[in-house]
Amino acid sequence: MKNIIQNINKAFDHRIRLGIMSILMVNESADFNMLKELLGVTDGNLASHTKALEAENYIMIEKQFIGKKPNTRYIATKDGKKAFREHIEALEKLIQKS
Amino acid sequence: MEANKNLQDIEYIKNMMNKSTQFISLSGMAGVLAGVYALVGAFYVNFLIESHAYEYITLESTTFRLIVATAFIVLFLSLITAYILTVRKAKKMGEKVWNPSSRRLVMNFAIPLFTGGIFALLLLKNGHYGLISPVVLIFYGLACVNASKYTFRDVRYLGITEIILGLIAIEFSGYGLHFWVVGFGICHIFYGAFMYFKYERNS
Repeated sequence: MKNIIQNINKAFDHRIRLGIMSILMVNESADFNMLKELLGVTDGNLASHTKALEAENYIMIEKQFIGKKPNTRYIATKDGKKAFREHIEALEKLIQKS
Repeated sequence: MEANKNLQDIEYIKNMMNKSTQFISLSGMAGVLAGVYALVGAFYVNFLIESHAYEYITLESTTFRLIVATAFIVLFLSLITAYILTVRKAKKMGEKVWNPSSRRLVMNFAIPLFTGGIFALLLLKNGHYGLISPVVLIFYGLACVNASKYTFRDVRYLGITEIILGLIAIEFSGYGLHFWVVGFGICHIFYGAFMYFKYERNS
C-alpha cells in the first residue's frame, strides 16, 4: 500500500495538470489555444499550470512564430510520460484496493 | 471519498484523451440521408440506362453526361447534409465544429479520397470504365479507415466493408451500379442508422 501511494504524483494532483498531461500523452504536441479550448480555462490559469509542469521537466515548451503570430507548443517529455503512466497505474491500483 | 476522487480522475483522463483526439459530433443521420440520396440517384441512372437500352452510351452522349452529373449531385448533397447536421450536433454537444480533431479528421479523410478521385478521372479519360466503380469504392473505404482514428470506431468498419465490396466488384465488371447501390446506399443507411441509435438518440 505504501508503495502505491509513493507513485501518486503530487505534480499531477490538480484537474488542469491532469488534463494537460492526458492531452499530451495522446497528441504529438498541442498549442496553447488547443489546450485552452479543451480544458476550458483562462489564459493565466493555464500558463501557471504549464509552468509548474515544465519546472518538473514533464513537458517542454516550444515557442515559434507562425507568420507574425507567436505560437507556443507543448510537448510531453519522456520523463513526463513515464511519470504520468505510473500515476495512472497507481490510481488504478488504489481503486482496485478499495 | 478518496477512492471516489481517484475514479473521477481516471474518468477525466480518459475523457480528455478521447476528446483531444476524436471528433464525436459526426452525425449518423447524415450517413442515412447520404445513403438515401445514393439510392435515388442510382434509380435515376438505372432509368436512364434502360430508357436508352438500344443506343450505345458514349462519352459524348447526353445520357453519359446525365449519369456523371447525377453522381456529382449525389456527392454534393451528401456533403452539404453532412456539414449541416454535424454543425447542429456540435452545437448541441458544446463542441466546436472546426477544432484540432475535426481538422485532422478532414485531412486524413481527404488524402485517400482525392487520390481515388483523381485515379477514377484518369481511368475515365483512358477508357477503363469497368474499373471506375470498384476503384471509387476501394478508395472511399480507405479514406474511412484512415479517418476513423479521429472519430467513432464504427467508421472503420464501414471503410472495411467498402474496401471488400470494391475488391469483389472488380471481379464482376458490368455490375458497377449494383455495387454502388450496396456500398454507397445500403451500407451508409445501415451504418448511419447504427451510429444514430448508438450515439445520438439518447443525447
